[in-house]
Amino acid sequence: MEHYIAILVKSIFIENIALMFFLGMCTFLAVSKKVDTAIGLGVAVVVVLGLAVPMNQIIYQAVLAPGALDGVLGITDPKESIDLSFLSFITFIGVIAALVQILEMVLDKYFPALYQALGIFLPLITVNCAIFGAVSFMVAKNLTLGESVVYGIGSGIGWALAIVLLAGIREKMKYSDVPDGLKGLGITFITAGLMAFGFLSFGGISL
Amino acid sequence: MSSDAKKVLTGPIADNNPIALQVLGICSALAVTSSMANALVMSLAVIFVTAFSNLFISIIRNHIPSSVRIIVQMAIIASLVIVVDQVLKAFSYQLSKELAVFVGLIITNCIVMGRAEAFAMKEKPGLSFLDGIGNGLGYGAILMLVAFFRELLGFGTLFGIEILPLIQNGGWYQGNGLLVLPFSSFFVIGLIIWALRQWKPEQVEKD
Repeated sequence: MEHYIAILVKSIFIENIALMFFLGMCTFLAVSKKVDTAIGLGVAVVVVLGLAVPMNQIIYQAVLAPGALDGVLGITDPKESIDLSFLSFITFIGVIAALVQILEMVLDKYFPALYQALGIFLPLITVNCAIFGAVSFMVAKNLTLGESVVYGIGSGIGWALAIVLLAGIREKMKYSDVPDGLKGLGITFITAGLMAFGFLSFGGISL
Repeated sequence: MSSDAKKVLTGPIADNNPIALQVLGICSALAVTSSMANALVMSLAVIFVTAFSNLFISIIRNHIPSSVRIIVQMAIIASLVIVVDQVLKAFSYQLSKELAVFVGLIITNCIVMGRAEAFAMKEKPGLSFLDGIGNGLGYGAILMLVAFFRELLGFGTLFGIEILPLIQNGGWYQGNGLLVLPFSSFFVIGLIIWALRQWKPEQVEKD
């Protein structure tokens, strides 16, 4: 249990996927003008990450990992072992796209209120690199199924936290006197940089 | 070269830069800019992928049903990225380790997807190919500029060659520790955007 809590805290704060690895930056900077929309997108990312990471973990370990298919095909000679890991990019992106599509249909049918709230954010998420990045990290870290569920949800919460905080700061920024050339994108970059600076202070914590 | 082609090729470098104005492809711009060599390889990879994905998508644009176009584009882009990844692993294993998941993340780099959707689906193959190169160059220009400042001021080197001799090596320059950290690229990009908008005031955002 302790091990899972450690992974959760680590993925939310210490290895925050937005501010430490800079994933999902396009949407992070573009959709952070209002707190309401930031919360909607944040929730959508948590849901998709919580499903996509474990699902890709299963597929990777069962089919794509080096030697995974040997048992099924009855290959015993290590020289003939099948390694499909070069197909992982195209598989992951396919799984993510399909998952988002299915999630959209399920939500539309059974939870129309939530579907309305998430609105256009769901399709946007397919190309959000936070999802693909977290899946790639899952493979690089060689997580088990249980760990990947916790890691997926944790990194989703971390990303949501970061975008809501940035949106809060940007709402206040309306009242400040920003130089013309820095208005909009420029000052957002610098704000995000300062936030990342703050999150760096979690870096010393070892779990 | 006709003026149309020239505009498509050089426009994205300063006038309509993908990172500084279109807010596309920021994730990798932050993470791989700690050294010029990494930035150069990443830029070349992105130029290759955008150019050819634009070309291929443009060739088959009249045969793609619009309801499944995202999946078709994804499949083309992912295949190209797999080629890049495999080539890097074969010829420059050390570099591919350093770039790690960020090569895979070219798939979800919004520049590639954005140009495929906005340009290649409408225009002829030749022009789309140039547009891909142009946007790749615009992305690469910012990447190299950020890497230039970060490597020069952080480590006192360019492409690993000593420019400012560090105190540790008996020189006079004290490396700037801040610029070694990945999030410093937030500040550098923010300042580049400011400089760019002072030079070209029409890019300034209205409130």
